[in-house]
Amino acid sequence: MTETRRGDIPAIEVRGLHKYFGENEVLKGIDFHVDPGQVVCVIGPSGSGKSTLLRCVNRLEEPTSGQIFVEGVDITDEETDLDRVRSRIGIVFQSFNLFPHMTVMRNLCIAQQRVKKRSKEEAVEIARRNLEKVGLAEKEDAYPAHLSGGQQQRVAIARALSMDPDMMLFDEPTSALDPELVGDVLDVMRQLATEGMTMMVVTHEMGFAREVGDKLVFMDGGVIVEEGDPHVVLGNPQHERTQRFLSKVL
Amino acid sequence: MSAIAAPGPVPDERRPRMRRTTRARLVRLALYALFVGVVVVVGLLADWQAIKSNYFDADVWRELFPEIITTAARHTVLYTVYSFVLAFALAIVLALMKLAPVAPYRWLATGYIEFFRGLPALVVIFGVGLTIPLAFSGWRPPGGNAGAGVLALTLVYGAYMAETIRAGILAVPKGQYEAARSLGMSSYRTMVSITLPQALKIVIPPLTNEFVALLKDTSLIQVLGFAAAERELTSFASDNIVAYANASPLMAVAVLYLIITLPLTRLVAWMERRGQRAR
Repeated sequence: MTETRRGDIPAIEVRGLHKYFGENEVLKGIDFHVDPGQVVCVIGPSGSGKSTLLRCVNRLEEPTSGQIFVEGVDITDEETDLDRVRSRIGIVFQSFNLFPHMTVMRNLCIAQQRVKKRSKEEAVEIARRNLEKVGLAEKEDAYPAHLSGGQQQRVAIARALSMDPDMMLFDEPTSALDPELVGDVLDVMRQLATEGMTMMVVTHEMGFAREVGDKLVFMDGGVIVEEGDPHVVLGNPQHERTQRFLSKVL
Repeated sequence: MSAIAAPGPVPDERRPRMRRTTRARLVRLALYALFVGVVVVVGLLADWQAIKSNYFDADVWRELFPEIITTAARHTVLYTVYSFVLAFALAIVLALMKLAPVAPYRWLATGYIEFFRGLPALVVIFGVGLTIPLAFSGWRPPGGNAGAGVLALTLVYGAYMAETIRAGILAVPKGQYEAARSLGMSSYRTMVSITLPQALKIVIPPLTNEFVALLKDTSLIQVLGFAAAERELTSFASDNIVAYANASPLMAVAVLYLIITLPLTRLVAWMERRGQRAR
């Protein structure tokens, strides 16, 4: 998992991104890219803007200025079919956001059928394959409320994968989990990485970032302070702010 | 020294506590006594014979059947269900308009809701029943006066229910919308498949309360005048009170209203208890 997998066009490219919430400037000019097949982990203190950056990539947050390209398509352009771009980006949230009024199977099938226009049979088959992948094949008839947090998050990953996304965004996927449930979710993510999935992961799991990540980005105060090989950034941080942050979390 | 001082404060603390429990016991006893006293006084003063013959005349009660069920109760339920179904449809449209991104829709919905929530239902019933034929060159809502009444209640309860449904939509967590949109679902698809089903589940208890209120308000339609065959419970009662010169029909109708409304209000209470436990 190194730079050799770099394609011609970056999977995600962010240029000069600024984001204000009212008077508050949360992102102060971000330039950033994720290459196809790369796993990029984003770390930083809370309030550093890392989740906002991730949410801008599929325009859950509206960028104030700057450009964002997903596989070469400018998603800040009004002409872009946002729903189509979004169906190619899987996103996993901190709070899972499974649909509570639907079974696990229905959670995995609804967007396949409504957005991808797959037949029910095909959707169910793909859903089963992905449930098996996250180790929850026997839970297809359960409702989300009857699953543990870790199981819900793995279902959420399977739901995103069922859309055959070109890339996956993870927004602090393990932060809402009990410590003993974190491992199962990280295992699934690790497996995805080895299969070559393009991933952008906002996380506090330094072990995961070091072991699985191809690139580590450290953000603080709305800017990227430092980025590079995870072993280098974590082992020998150049910036004083990175050092201060890492000394607290490692 | 401290060994001698220690026993001092202990009875000091205990004495007021004992006094407090004694006082509470006395208050409770007084309340019971008051209750029994009132029951005895009312029981002695009331003219039981007059009450029985005026309100519970067995012959009158018997003669009300079967019409009190087959005509009166049936029409109360029918007018309620018609109005509720139509008001529900209207309310969903109004709620979505109030949440629309285009401002004129929001203004229109807000204006409508504030207008009809601010008027007595009786005024709207008069308005629809008496003034629509005047204003629209003789056009009448289908179903005669009953239809006009149902239309009026639809207009009023559509406004109430719109506010309830809007609150339900806003109560669905934002993450649900975000998850659906990030799977590529359109905003329409997200509303229909994800947000509305959850919102409606949230508002079942308040909507049931509105159903009960609507059922009671069907009694107002009679001001427009009913043919004998289309009378509902209240108009049936008032006709028969006059016919028998006796209050028994009123009691019979009251019992029927309660047979319908009590299970519903108990159901709401149960759903709300269950909802609180789930949280």
